[in-house]
Amino acid sequence: MKKMKALFGIGAVAVAGFFMVAADHIDAPAVQGGTSDITDFYAFQGQNTDNVVFVANVQGLLSPTATADATFDENVLIEFNIDTTGDYVENLVIQAIPRDGKMYFFGPTNPTNVGLNSSIETAGAKSMVDITPYGSQAISKTSNGLKIFAGPRDDPFFMDFAQYGEILAGNATGFNNPGSDTFAGTNVMSIVVEVPKTMLGGSGTINTWVESKRKQ
Amino acid sequence: MKTLLNIKNIVAVLLISGLAFNCSNDDDMNSASPMPSEPDFSGIYAQQDQIGRPAVNTVFVSPSGKDMFNVTPPSQQNAAFQSMFQTNLMALSPAYANPGDTNALGLDAATFTGLLATDVLNLSLDGTTTFYDGTNVLTGRALADDVITVELLLIFGGEDFSENPNLSNDNVDANDKPFSASFPYLASAW
Repeated sequence: MKKMKALFGIGAVAVAGFFMVAADHIDAPAVQGGTSDITDFYAFQGQNTDNVVFVANVQGLLSPTATADATFDENVLIEFNIDTTGDYVENLVIQAIPRDGKMYFFGPTNPTNVGLNSSIETAGAKSMVDITPYGSQAISKTSNGLKIFAGPRDDPFFMDFAQYGEILAGNATGFNNPGSDTFAGTNVMSIVVEVPKTMLGGSGTINTWVESKRKQ
Repeated sequence: MKTLLNIKNIVAVLLISGLAFNCSNDDDMNSASPMPSEPDFSGIYAQQDQIGRPAVNTVFVSPSGKDMFNVTPPSQQNAAFQSMFQTNLMALSPAYANPGDTNALGLDAATFTGLLATDVLNLSLDGTTTFYDGTNVLTGRALADDVITVELLLIFGGEDFSENPNLSNDNVDANDKPFSASFPYLASAW
């Protein structure tokens, strides 16, 4: 979804250039197409309804060929932020960072620092799982109550992005029916973590978001 | 009897050699082969990107603000971006400028953009988790949720989802591969 940043609010003149970018990635200029470029975030109840699942996808629009060579960046921390008190400040984080073919997870734990700069919370519960290679069965692991996965997956996002561009460009007045999924056949690098609700307060509504952070 | 003694001896020998083997193993651990070192987790990691709800930065932030939006903590986003969101929403969907105009959630331009400017994804720990399923609103985001059509409907669809039908549904309603009911839920890569 964030691939389509800049979708609205831009003039028709910009649309042609916008589309060339779309074949590569669409995002804010600083992260567009890079290893810290988040494409999507999902949060939902698990198959075991005592759990919730967080999904962070990065590095969107990977062709199958590109996926075989894609890796997580050891300098990029993916941090799931959880606010259980309603002030939009994280009081729990789950961090994921790759090292030598494994994805390490820390937390959920109370972060030492909130906001834009983080250190890795090595005092929190540590879990790790082998990063699933392209073409292999998903490798998942249960550790410290978490279920964890990291590796390439089909991009779960779907939209007729191309027709949308035609509408913005003034070449069409509406969507087609049926539409065409611009993201069909493309992959992302995915991090999935399933967490017992009891670790996140147990009941009520929480606020969640995901961040990518690069080592300085 | 003699056979039994032999068996005892054999067992004793096996036990002793087992102990000896363990001892020599311990010796090796202490001297010749050090434990693999812990990966380096030191350092400061500075924010580059963030997302709560789908498409918010995409749709509502002006091009010059997109990087800044990604490095503004959610607790500060409303103050910094709500006004920009409202301007862009009303440019996209001019009906919002009419007095009293709302979307199907009953939110006018100021209220709708006030909700969206703080870009977090609400998650219910008490049951159904969906972006919008006709009944539940913003209780999570499931993989199969047609979030684009929901957002198009809320932007263009008017009070009852009937306005601008050509713009309020992209007619792509599902993913190109089925999701799994079990972990890790996402489909295998192409």
